[in-house]
Amino acid sequence: MSGTSRSRTGEVLLTLPSFGWMLVCFFIPALIVLYLSFKPADSMGGVGEGWTLAHWSALVEEQYRPILWRTLWLSTATSCICVLLAVPCSLVLARLQGAWRHVLLLLVVIPFWTNFLIRIFAWKSLLHPEGFLSSTLRSAGLLSEDAQLLYNSGSVLLVMVYTQLPFAILPLYAAAEKFDFSLLEAARDLGASARRAIWSVFVPGVSRGIATAFLSTFVCTLGMYVVPDIVGGTDTEMLGNRIAQRVRTDRNLPLAAALSGAMLGMVALMFLAQALVKRLLTAPEGGSPYVLSVSSSGAAGNEK
Amino acid sequence: MKRSIIPGAVLAFVLAFFYAPMVVLVVNSFNASRFGGEWKGFTWSWYEKLMEGRDAREIWGALTTSLQIAVLAAVGAMVLGTLAALALHWFRGKLQRAHGVLLTVPLVMPDILMGISLLLFFVALGVETGFFTIWVAHVTFCTSYVTMVVLARLQDFDHTLLDAARDLGAGRWQVARRVLVPLLFPGILAGGLLAFTLSIDDYVITFFVQGAGTTTLPLRIYSMMKISRNMPVINALSTLLLAVTFVAVGFSFWLARRNSSSAR
Repeated sequence: MSGTSRSRTGEVLLTLPSFGWMLVCFFIPALIVLYLSFKPADSMGGVGEGWTLAHWSALVEEQYRPILWRTLWLSTATSCICVLLAVPCSLVLARLQGAWRHVLLLLVVIPFWTNFLIRIFAWKSLLHPEGFLSSTLRSAGLLSEDAQLLYNSGSVLLVMVYTQLPFAILPLYAAAEKFDFSLLEAARDLGASARRAIWSVFVPGVSRGIATAFLSTFVCTLGMYVVPDIVGGTDTEMLGNRIAQRVRTDRNLPLAAALSGAMLGMVALMFLAQALVKRLLTAPEGGSPYVLSVSSSGAAGNEK
Repeated sequence: MKRSIIPGAVLAFVLAFFYAPMVVLVVNSFNASRFGGEWKGFTWSWYEKLMEGRDAREIWGALTTSLQIAVLAAVGAMVLGTLAALALHWFRGKLQRAHGVLLTVPLVMPDILMGISLLLFFVALGVETGFFTIWVAHVTFCTSYVTMVVLARLQDFDHTLLDAARDLGAGRWQVARRVLVPLLFPGILAGGLLAFTLSIDDYVITFFVQGAGTTTLPLRIYSMMKISRNMPVINALSTLLLAVTFVAVGFSFWLARRNSSSAR
């Protein structure tokens, strides 16, 4: 550090481009969302004069309350299933040696890099009433003629788990890689069953990875609207679908802003809860505050 | 020692779960049947439709737009992200704490919120949506990722090299151009490649900031999925894109392994 300039002007010049860009294109737009959520909409798709609380009070009314709940439970269920599946996967991957580890890791990473829409579409054609799965189940007598595999909350949950699972496995694998597996052997030597050893030694050992995996899948699914839009029906709409409708279909930007504000609130609450749990569970540790384990997964594939 | 077989079984199940839909998709792209419920013989016709059908021109046009935006967004994010990482790495204090927050929050923000906030921003400014607004949005969400990748590389960076160059009489600009950037370049490039992939894949944010006349490939695929009854053509397109992904991921994995083994 000594060889580089530490002058104030040096710092400002180096910081200015990215700071300015993010301030203008990220922070100010977020403030505009909050600002617009208190403005009335006009019938032309623009923003009216004066102030109103109508959009915010609509959120707790009959029309939006079920959607808020559905969004919350679908996201929670998806994250829980993803973590439950990702824990054993990360255990196996971290324990493997040599070429097998690389091959299996590669197989886990490929869906992560595969276009999000294509993965959803693959399920749509698989579950389609005239698709492979439906016709097989129907000829086996397991699915009645008028039953649908698509357009229900089951299909939405299934496909959300499918799209988010790599984002749960990767941070958990990163945590499991640092785990000291001799602890598992020690637990076994002391008489614990394999399941018991995993549950009371491995799981607490990777708890940070679990928290990251849960949080990143939760945040991604909270804002989901492509999956419910493609494999869901009218009774599986999530908050994201309503936001998209208010923007593109009936052009009510202030209402869309209020719905977005509600989503932002849920995300913030989730982070607050996580910070509290972390403070309760672990002693403060050092390390750079900016290198989040989220960065390797984060929003990379959520709906991009 | 006897180990539980459950974790291994779960991993096998998960991998089957990952690949079964993709396999069905690929097989169906060669299936003469429209819906793929049964096998009605091998055909190339869906690929032919993709090459010269009604959809073909729109798809290839959208791909060109996507590539242009992805390259320009990656370049913008590489410049901003590298500067940001250097600032965060070298300096501490209130300014950098705010800077760090501005760069990490987008990573944990649902895409849809970023999309709508940018749309409202462009509407407030009266900017017409189109190629430019898509580019701005992509640079914004990619910069955070590039910053994190470069920052991680900077932690392993040998800073005595910079001191040595200064001691040997190099000016600040010379140190940056001749020592810092070349040594850091693999990290910057890795960030840029990540930005490129994120940009070319993005549907949600692009959906909000798109304008009439500018269509990216994900937007095009989405409207085909929603409206078109031509499912097999999308199967064919998806198969092609899957093949590109497999080759690209395999190649980068091979490259990374070769680098790490030659470094030892």
